[in-house]
Amino acid sequence: MANVFPAEFAELEPFADWAIHGERARYAKRISSTMEELQAFYDVAFPLLEKGTSYLEKVSLDGIGDEDKHLLWAFCSLVTIAFPVEAWGQPRVPDSGPASIDAVVEPAV
Amino acid sequence: MAHFPKPSEGSWTEHFEIDTEPVSYADSISPEFYEQERDAIFRRTWLNVGRVEQLPRKGSYFTRELDAAGASVIVVRGTDGEVRAFHNVCRHRGNKLVWDDYPREETKGTCRAFTCKYHAWRYDLEGKLAFVQQESEFFGIDKSEYGLLAVQAEVWEGFVFVNLDPENTTPLREYLGRFAHGIEGYPFHKLTQVHKYRAEIGSNWKLFIDAFAEFYHAPILHSGQYTAGEAAKIKKYGYEALSYDIDGPHSMVSSWGGIAPPKEKAMVKPIERALRSGLFGPWDAPDIGMSTEELPPAINPTRSKVWGMDTFVFFPNFMLLIWRPNWVLTYHYWPTSYNTHIFEGTCYFVPPQNAFQRLQQELAAVSFKEYGLQDGNTLEATQTMLESRTVDAFPLCDQEVLLRHLHSTAQSYVRRHQQRRSETPATAS
Ligand code: FES
Ligand SMILES: [Fe+2]
Repeated sequence: MANVFPAEFAELEPFADWAIHGERARYAKRISSTMEELQAFYDVAFPLLEKGTSYLEKVSLDGIGDEDKHLLWAFCSLVTIAFPVEAWGQPRVPDSGPASIDAVVEPAV
Repeated sequence: MAHFPKPSEGSWTEHFEIDTEPVSYADSISPEFYEQERDAIFRRTWLNVGRVEQLPRKGSYFTRELDAAGASVIVVRGTDGEVRAFHNVCRHRGNKLVWDDYPREETKGTCRAFTCKYHAWRYDLEGKLAFVQQESEFFGIDKSEYGLLAVQAEVWEGFVFVNLDPENTTPLREYLGRFAHGIEGYPFHKLTQVHKYRAEIGSNWKLFIDAFAEFYHAPILHSGQYTAGEAAKIKKYGYEALSYDIDGPHSMVSSWGGIAPPKEKAMVKPIERALRSGLFGPWDAPDIGMSTEELPPAINPTRSKVWGMDTFVFFPNFMLLIWRPNWVLTYHYWPTSYNTHIFEGTCYFVPPQNAFQRLQQELAAVSFKEYGLQDGNTLEATQTMLESRTVDAFPLCDQEVLLRHLHSTAQSYVRRHQQRRSETPATAS
């Protein structure tokens, strides 16, 4: 089977379902996940982000390839789930009840 | 303990000659008052409906549903390149002219003319009626009399405004006043990377402006923004603005911002350390062609070295936040009833050059959303309790001075409008 991510980020392959386009869809996956699932993804993805800075700085957004695009989206998902893992201790924003704020305009990539 | 100087009167509130008595919030829980606001404010003031970048070409258009004003408008760039606005109403039998699938939803696109879905009357981009189906069946119809009804439209620094009052004679720039004048020259046109969010909020529109026009709540409601140890320190420190200012119906608050980048990395969460970004924006400010010191004079008006961001409240419902790391956030509040409104928050960044910068911006945008969600839900809780009318006198502190100003401005618009109406002799209808 072909890689979803660049070879340097092979450890992310089991989490390929987090390579999601669009903040709305990423947020939907976050709030339908358990804390255990979020933590498992975070534990693998966060160290890769820390190590991956110089790689990401070389990825130009013009004509970005599929593997790099998936990597970018997986790290966007990491950004989305960092709040539950690092701050809230739960998938939803505390005290936000039924409130929702939805992305209506987003970057193409 | 005072960290920043206050005016000689001892407080901002007294300096601006606003009374210091508790406020009632009756203006936020009354259907009758809301009806008066629609007429006195939303049908009569300049409303920001978008940016010129949304109209990139001749024939580019978008529609806006202005529920509070009881109107839908089409904003379009004409063949001459000018931005115009029209009431979205077909002159034949009143069908809504431009919409897709759902008549109450906004839409956008590019076209050469607007054709009504009902009987195919066609209007050119300047609003002139260009075609009438079976024209000879009509009774000597003069097409020049049936163009689209124009709405006043003007552009300030790339922000497109409309004014639904045909009798309005105040040009946009004059209305926006001293703050707008002092912001001119900021390179908004370079900030074309857009993240826009929308929410339906269960509160009066002014209550959400209140939540964003004071930061007294930030160290408490948003303490999760910091690591636990820092949150406790910041709570003790509290919040004080660098300065406040008021110009007619508009107001602004200038804030310090020690967190982009933070003094100590231990203050912030791991994701913020890894991405060098957070609620205050990416720490590495992109080049916008001017340094912080060179920003136009209304931005960081005290020229403070610890300046972090300015919040401008352009009455009635447009807020502009300019952040030190060269990005901009706008808020809009579109009332849909006395206790509901649609909130829009839009982040504008310099387009990222690589995937890392893209992620830095994602973190800033998503942080805004996380804290906005806390603010938004608090409002519904506030609205329901205000409506219970259990309490009707609420003390506001000096760091909440812009709230007093907003509510008293809305009330004076309503009052003046009623006076004007009672002075004009009633006409038969
Ligand atoms: S209502 Fe528009 S053409 Fe008849
Ligand atoms: Fe807030």
